[in-house]
Formats: sequence, C-alpha cells, structure tokens
Amino acid sequence: MPRMTMIEAIRSAMDVSMARDDNVVVFGEDVGYFGGVFRCTAGLQQKYGNSRCFDAPINESGIVGAAIGMAAYGLRPCVEVQFADYVYPAYDQIVSEAARLRYRSNGQFTCPLVVRMPTGGGIFGGQTHSQSPEALFTHVSGLKVVVPSNPYDAKGLLIAAIEDPDPVIFLEPKRLYNGPFDGHHDRPVTAWSKHPLSETPDGHYTVPLGKAEIRREGSAVTLLAYGTMVYVAQAAADDAGIDAEVIDLRTLLPLDLDTIVASVTKTGRCVIVHEATLTSGFGAELAALVQQHCFYNLEAPIVRVTGWDTPYPHAQEWDYFPGPKRVGEALIQVMEA
Amino acid sequence: MAEAGRLSLHVPEPEVRPGDTPDFSHVPIPRAGSVERPAVDVDARDIRDLAYSIIRVLNRNGEAVGPWAGTLTDDELLAGLRYMMTLRTFDARMQMAQRQGKTSFYMQHMGEEAVSCAFRQALEDGDMNFPTYRQAGLLIAGGYPMVEMMNQIYSNEADPLKGRQLPIMYSAKDHGFFSISGNLGTQFIQAVGWAMASAIKNDTKIAAAWIGDGSTAESDFHAALVFASTYRAPVVLNIVNNQWAISTFQGIARGGSGTFAARGLGFGIPALRVDGNDYLAVHAVAKWAAERARRNLGPTLIEYVTYRVGAHSTSDDPSAYRPKTESDAWPLGDPVIRLKNHLIVRGVWSDERQKQTEAEILDTVIAAQKEAEQHGTLHSGGKPSTRDMFEGVYEQMPPHLRRQRQQAGV
Repeated sequence: MPRMTMIEAIRSAMDVSMARDDNVVVFGEDVGYFGGVFRCTAGLQQKYGNSRCFDAPINESGIVGAAIGMAAYGLRPCVEVQFADYVYPAYDQIVSEAARLRYRSNGQFTCPLVVRMPTGGGIFGGQTHSQSPEALFTHVSGLKVVVPSNPYDAKGLLIAAIEDPDPVIFLEPKRLYNGPFDGHHDRPVTAWSKHPLSETPDGHYTVPLGKAEIRREGSAVTLLAYGTMVYVAQAAADDAGIDAEVIDLRTLLPLDLDTIVASVTKTGRCVIVHEATLTSGFGAELAALVQQHCFYNLEAPIVRVTGWDTPYPHAQEWDYFPGPKRVGEALIQVMEA
Repeated sequence: MAEAGRLSLHVPEPEVRPGDTPDFSHVPIPRAGSVERPAVDVDARDIRDLAYSIIRVLNRNGEAVGPWAGTLTDDELLAGLRYMMTLRTFDARMQMAQRQGKTSFYMQHMGEEAVSCAFRQALEDGDMNFPTYRQAGLLIAGGYPMVEMMNQIYSNEADPLKGRQLPIMYSAKDHGFFSISGNLGTQFIQAVGWAMASAIKNDTKIAAAWIGDGSTAESDFHAALVFASTYRAPVVLNIVNNQWAISTFQGIARGGSGTFAARGLGFGIPALRVDGNDYLAVHAVAKWAAERARRNLGPTLIEYVTYRVGAHSTSDDPSAYRPKTESDAWPLGDPVIRLKNHLIVRGVWSDERQKQTEAEILDTVIAAQKEAEQHGTLHSGGKPSTRDMFEGVYEQMPPHLRRQRQQAGV
C-alpha cells in the first residue's frame, strides 16, 4: 500500500472526491495555481480546471460566505482557511449561517461544506500560526469538528467530511503534516514513511465521523487526546512507564462518548490533554462528561494538561506546548491520588 | 498654511431631528427620463454618472418618459399595483396582529413596496434571491401563499419553519427566496457564491443579493463586491437605501460623500441609482441588470433611493429620532399612488377601481388571516411540537441530541 504524508493524504482525499463528484469544488487563498502554502492542493487545478479549484481573494468571511451560497445551490465546497488563527473573520458566517442553515430553513437549504484549516503549535509559529480554536466550534450547534492525527485518518475523515450533509470544521495539525511529533523537540523528527499509519489507499475510503480510536491499550489510566497530542500522550505513557490507554478522539463533535466511558470505567482514572488554552477549552467538556458518566468509577480527580491561558508565545514555545514531561507528571499525579 | 490646532472628531448628523421641519432640499432629484439607458455590455467606467444620478421613468403628470420606459405591459403593471397593495394590506394586518399579541414581532415595508415587487417581475423561476427582512414583496409578487407567510409569523402548527425562526424570517426555496438570517449582510456574499455555483455548473440561473443602506457598512458587503467583481458572478447586487438604519441616518454608513451606488465603481462593477418609488424605473433597471447577469456579462450594483415610512419594526418608535412628518416631505412620493396615477393616465385604471380593489384585497388578506389563525397563533391554538426543536440541527440526530431530547421528555 502507498505511504503518504498527511499533506499527500489530504490532497488525495480532495483528488478522490473531485473525481467522484463534479459538485466538489476547492478554493481558498493560494490553493489554485500554486497548490497551497502547505502543498495540500498541489496539482488539483491542473487536473480539474480553474472552475473546480481556484485562488480566492484574501477575505475569510468571503471564502466561507461564498461557499455557503454554493452549498445552498447544491455544490459541495471544500474551502481552505490558510491558518486556523485567521478563521475569525469567517466566524459569523460559520456560526450564524453554515451551522444554522438547515435548522432555520427546516431543511429547505442545507450546507454540505468543509472548512479546512491548519491548526496547532509546536512549530515556532508564534501567536498567529499556532492557535487551536476547536472549542470555538464545538460550542456551536450544527457543526461537526474533526481533528485527524495521521495520514490514513486524515484522508478517510476528509472524504467522509466532504460527503457529509452538514458543515464540517476540519482542523489539520500542521505539526503532523510531514511526520508524527511526540513533543520531544530535542530529538530528530521522523518522517511519516516510518509510521504504519502512513499506509494510505490510493482510492476511495472513509473513516466515519464521530468514532474515536484507541491508539494504545492500557488499564491504569485513560488519556484523552487528539491531533498532535496523541503522540505526546503515547510518549508520556512510555516515558513514565504507566499502563495508560490513549484514545484518539478524531471527531470532537459529535463525540464518541461510548468509547470514552468504556475506557474510564475500566481504568478509573482520566487525563485530558490538548494544546489549546485551559479555561473553557474542549477539555472542560470532556472532564464534565467523564465526571457525569463515570462518577462511581473514578478513583482520582480528572486532570487536564493543556496550553496555558496566555496567547501562544514565540520564544517560550517549549514552555508553553504541553509536552511529554508535563503529561507524564499528570499521569503520575492521578496514579498516586 | 494655517497653524495646526487641536483635532476634533467629525460625527455626521441628519439635517433635521424631531421637532424640526423636514427638509430634503439637499437631495437632488433629476427629471424623469433624463438619465441615459446604456447597452447592457457597457463598461463600468463609461457610466460613472449613473451612480450619482437617479434613474426615473414616471414624471409629475404620471407619464412614463425616457429611455427606461416601456419594460412592462398594462397587465403586468396592473399586477404590480396589486402586489404592492397586497403587501401594504398584509403589513397593516400583521402589524395589528402583533399589537393584539398574536405574534411577538413584525416589520413593515411601507414606502418600499415597489422595490421588491417590481424586482421580482424581472426575475425568472429558478433564480434565487438572498433577501433581507424587508423584501416580502418578492414572495407576494412571486405567488407565495400569504397563509404560509402568516403561519410563519404566528409560529403555529402549520409554520413551514416549525416555530424555530423569529417572525418574518421566511424561507421559500421553491419561490427563489433564500432563508432569512438575523445577522446583517451575511446573505450578500452568499448570493455571490450561489451565482458563482450557477456559473461553475454552466447553468442559466442568476442570483440577486439584497442589503439595506446601514448594512453596507458590514464587512460582508465588501466581500461580496470583491468576489462578484473578481469572478464576474451572475448576480444583481441590490442596495435598498431607505435613509434609515433603525435610528441611524444613512450618513453614518455612507462615509459622508458619494452614493451607495458609487461604491460599485471602485470594484469595476457597473452601478445604477434608481428612484425606488418608481415601479417602472425599478423594473427597468432590474431587467437591465438581470440581462447582464444572464448574458454572463457579470454583476451590477443597484441603489434604490427610497424612504422607510414606517417604524423600523414593531419594537421601534421613530418619533424619538426623526420628525413625525418626514415621510410626507419625501420628494419621491408614494410608490402605490404614483403607479395608480400612471395607470389612470394610461386609461387602464380609475380611482373607483382602485377603491374596489383595495376592498377586494382586504377581504383576501383577512380570509388568509382567518385560515392561518385556525392553525394557531404564538400564544394560543396549535403549536409546533417540542420534538421539532431537536430536529434538523443535523441531517441525522447525533447521540448527544438524542439524549437531550429524551431529557426534555419528548
């Protein structure tokens, strides 16, 4: 089976979708002729023509707003916001329009739209190339929110998102574009070609939205993670020598609560990790759900390891990024509780 | 050069406030028939004047004059008069229904009836409007049943939107009427996207975007103009300048100079400014712009110069910010009376028939109202089910919503 990077897998997902369905269109800033600043759309314009894949003016609200109009017409737009940090001008269109269109029109108009955006830190991106704004979307009724962690999932989830009848916010951890990253920034980075999850079929397949995956089985503690933090969580468990079960949530909304509850019921302990800031972050929702559904099985308080409640700094990258050391300390803390 | 002193902030103010004598002498009104009618493939640069003038067809004597006259037959004009009268009567009844507590909210079109009714007559079935909350004439002139509009306003058991939407936020896909959102300006760029989709699919349908004078200040107005111009989208970009955005006069959105139409020029979009109370002129420019779009010549920006005679909404009292008699002084008059007079001049109408028609329309609207009220009003009679509240958030209800629905006991 071919091995792909996450970039190649994402590009392949759009290629497969555009070939299967004439209604799939791809556009955004620099995604046309140039093929995207991260190369995720390279070659698509040459293959499918200007009217299927094109460059857009630098106007995020315009990109998403126009895509909503296209979706209402009957197309399936898959648009790109160059960095998740720049999605805010489009927030009104996403929250007030895309998410509500089916509901407010009683199904007369629908919005089968995907908004792709590179997310997350660990790349010295500073304040506006590192943010993880997923909680701003998981709070919105009518959206689906997806964060893949490897090439196989990225392709399968993106095809599923494009085929989904509802709007999907598709957050791509750019730290994982070229290879997995476990937070050990002082060690050489490995390429995807060395990782089994880079084996990605050329053709069509989907990974269902709303289903989590257990990445590391364990019985002592449940680690809830997504995106880059999946690898950090695995490394932390290995480093600390704790038999942790690592769950890759993959879809944050709708959430695979059954898999989470089954795991915490078994382990009795739960650590939640995400790059995004702590207060009102998605971890708060996860902690509340675990507390509600696993109260009588919990043997220790739920611990969250997240980014600090500050803007994402530049020079202090590795003091900010919740790496394996901090996650490992949390694992020890819940085991000793 | 004068010595620089301390700075001061300029905040525009309307000419008059409550208690003052209304004065529109600062609004230049060109003679009817005096503005040229260019070819539809004209370059925007060659018709810059049209963005600063006002296209008018009906003169003071009620005659249709000049190059923009003659786009509607007698029968179409008679239908147009009926649409406007129906909308006005509908408004009056729904305004009253709100005062009687049968619904929570209503917004009238008083004075602006020609804009949406005449525009609708220039579109074809399959075209899509992206309206604001003040274009219900698109529905009336498009043959959408009044009972359905009332069911929506009453949020009753027959409400096509299942009670989920604030009154008047209609949605009627089959009638080319996109779902109305409370968020201003958002639909302007969506219309451009819809038009781009039609072009991508090599379709023949066009889109119409709608926005008010106040909302042109929203960022999505700019987004729409950039996208429409860049991709030469088959869309008609309509700005209804009724002088007021709730309590804020149009000068606050206008930047103190130029016209709203003139904003199109910077984007290379042909821009027309038209007498919004002149049914014939509105139809003529709409037809011109629709033809441009349909012939793949790109977008057109149109500013309709009109006046919001009524309150902003049932929650508003305009006497707090503008003279009570300001609408009487509005130099472009009343669209219904002007079209009525024209039809009388044409010899196809009379004051008697006008009165008779008014009575007929009132009967029709009251009959529709009775029918709608049999399905309930906001606080009495049939209601949408609580179950409907949980449906339609997604195509398939996800587990967390199913749990919440069970929790709500439905």
